[in-house]
Amino acid sequence: MRWILITLLATLTAFTQANAETLYFTAIPDEDETRLEERFSKVADYLADELDVDVRFVPVKSYAASVTAFRNNQVQLAWFGGLSGVRARDRVDGAEAIAQGVEDQEFRSYFIANTGTGIEKADELPGTVQGKTLAFGSRGSTSGRLMPEYYIRQRFGQPPEDVFSRVGFSGNHTRTVALVESGAYQVGALNYTVWDKLVEEGDVDTDKVRVIWKSPTYPDYQWTIRGDVNERFGDGFKERVKEALLSMEDPELLESFPRSGFIPASNDDYSTIREVGQETGLLD
Amino acid sequence: MLASRTGRISLLFVAVALACLGVADIAVTTQNPWAELQRLMSGFLTPDFTAVDDLGTAFLRTLSYAFTGVALGAVAGFFLSLVFNSRVVRTFCAFIRAIHEIFWALIFLQCFGIHPLSGVLAIAIPFAGIFAKVYSEIIEESDPLSARVLPWGTGRLARYCFTRIPEAWPHLRTYTAYRLECGLRSSAVLGFIGLPTLGFYLESAFSQGYYSQVGALLILFYLLIATMRFWLRPRLIPVYVLGAPFFLGDGLPIMWGNVTRFFTEDIVPRPLREGEGWEGLQPWLMDILTTEALPGIWNTLILTQIALVATGILALLAFPLISPHFFGPKRRTGGHLLLVIARSTPEYMLAYILLQIWGPSMLPAVVALALHNGGIIGHLIGRMSGEIPMRPNAPVGINRYAYEVVPRVYPPFLAFLFYRWEIIMRETAILGILGITTLGFYVEGAIQEIRLDRAMVLILITALLNIGVDALSRRIRAYLRLKTRPTCEA
Repeated sequence: MRWILITLLATLTAFTQANAETLYFTAIPDEDETRLEERFSKVADYLADELDVDVRFVPVKSYAASVTAFRNNQVQLAWFGGLSGVRARDRVDGAEAIAQGVEDQEFRSYFIANTGTGIEKADELPGTVQGKTLAFGSRGSTSGRLMPEYYIRQRFGQPPEDVFSRVGFSGNHTRTVALVESGAYQVGALNYTVWDKLVEEGDVDTDKVRVIWKSPTYPDYQWTIRGDVNERFGDGFKERVKEALLSMEDPELLESFPRSGFIPASNDDYSTIREVGQETGLLD
Repeated sequence: MLASRTGRISLLFVAVALACLGVADIAVTTQNPWAELQRLMSGFLTPDFTAVDDLGTAFLRTLSYAFTGVALGAVAGFFLSLVFNSRVVRTFCAFIRAIHEIFWALIFLQCFGIHPLSGVLAIAIPFAGIFAKVYSEIIEESDPLSARVLPWGTGRLARYCFTRIPEAWPHLRTYTAYRLECGLRSSAVLGFIGLPTLGFYLESAFSQGYYSQVGALLILFYLLIATMRFWLRPRLIPVYVLGAPFFLGDGLPIMWGNVTRFFTEDIVPRPLREGEGWEGLQPWLMDILTTEALPGIWNTLILTQIALVATGILALLAFPLISPHFFGPKRRTGGHLLLVIARSTPEYMLAYILLQIWGPSMLPAVVALALHNGGIIGHLIGRMSGEIPMRPNAPVGINRYAYEVVPRVYPPFLAFLFYRWEIIMRETAILGILGITTLGFYVEGAIQEIRLDRAMVLILITALLNIGVDALSRRIRAYLRLKTRPTCEA
């Protein structure tokens, strides 16, 4: 009986360790973990230098987990996609989109297909994709789910489940490429920068998988910060974070995103994403 | 066959499963499943124990989550078992154990975030429900004599502690140790949804195609389970349990306001939250029911029934591997090894691996469920068959199997199988998280869309379905006059 009580006490003490002021940040897990780890450990070091506080990157397993961590104030800053950013800011009063990549003003989705399907590249989403199998990225992805779904509905007047014989979620963009390349899915939709980078680095066999359609543009990724950071880290902290992000110039750091640089952003930049989200029923 | 109740019921279940097979999606969708399997196998042959820099952490966390969760569950379960004759307590326990550990974890991740508390409670709560039930059954079956000789007026707790519990102690201990093994499996699987246990690293390694890391992680996991009887000594348990909480890691600080918000806002149905009142609630519920719950229930039932019969067939085929009536000691060792691997791999992990090889359909799920559960039942039946005396001139080979052994082990076999029916269904629902369209698929969808109110409704529906199947299984076992609780509960 006594060890039971001691265990309970030990558990409680283990749970109540307090942390000093550390800026925690997270990112949607849109790519291979190695890539994310490499990219964001650099970002953490960079921000720690610029801001003079401890900065810790918190890796998560799903898009929703990153939104939840932000909402729960377990992270104060996040690199979100368009849709996850809208979801997060809707749930946290005062949360603000402060910076986006230059490329994020005009982001695109690529539709790719296994070459075995014989689907050719076209100026509109080819009609021949009908009846094929489709891999989205994560369920919460903007470029791998929301926008492709929107364009599919626009093109065929039907939800993806009715256009394709099977619709699945790969989990992230890197995985979408792998699954379409292996033939597990015939068609896939993903973030164009991930595709371009994989092709550039030779990590994809373009004899087995090719781009069949490039979507129109829309706003995507952004850095979002909580409204209450100044109370916690001191006056003007939000501005300092913003400045730090905008002045990120290390080519190696930018290349890891990959973005050519960061520019200011605002919540209003993402109103199209909200509208599309509501139209497709992914946002209330 | 039709003359006996067991025969009729068995045929009925087989027929239902065949019908389900007709409507189920069991295609292999990868173009080259063998290449994928080959890569996995080569990973096993060339395990890389240096590649996962957090290998030690992975196992430390897996163990400490399991020990802390199971210990808390056992304590809570013990106290609940004292009042288990109350209907309210029984219903409460049935309810908390009808919700899978992973669903609990998904709920707690919303309140506490990525924090050890989420994982520990996710194990402790459903385990408390199971412990309460089984402890009370074990104590019930213990010899009541010593309790009767106590003088009038002896308090209930004292009566329990000094008479019933010492009588039942060996059984309680065996059962608790067994649940610890289950706890280890649960703890490992929790990693798949983001807690820092084994599954977390396994998923990372798999999704990036690092098969040698996968091999290393799996080999260590099997070693851990296979060597349990060496390191899990009764005397060491207090040490483990006391030490475990200190190795949980610290996670992110918990904001208690989030917990309140979870209960007062997040899970309140949207129409109520937005003041549309009860009129708004009905269409909202109907929408969930028609677009998600019904398809989810349908697919869960189909998959469960196929997996149940497949489990049965596999168990009947597998048990001779470890039965002394068929093989000598050397070959039986091989059989034991196969069955240990089958039963110690959690279904979720198996299904995840098979999905990578065969692509998304019900097939990986059916095979995973059948392998794991068939391994467990095959092991139990095989052991039991060893106790059947065989006359010296009994037939050998297939005739011995069909006419001597199977008829004798069939009733306990059915008891085990029906006992696992509910467990298979609980697991089937969860496999939806991997992309098979059972109830878990829609729960995961709602959580990814951060619609926790919808997720909650779907989780409640899943729990009710489990409770329903549990009740049905008990009725069938009563109808077949099978012992309602198999002695070695698995």
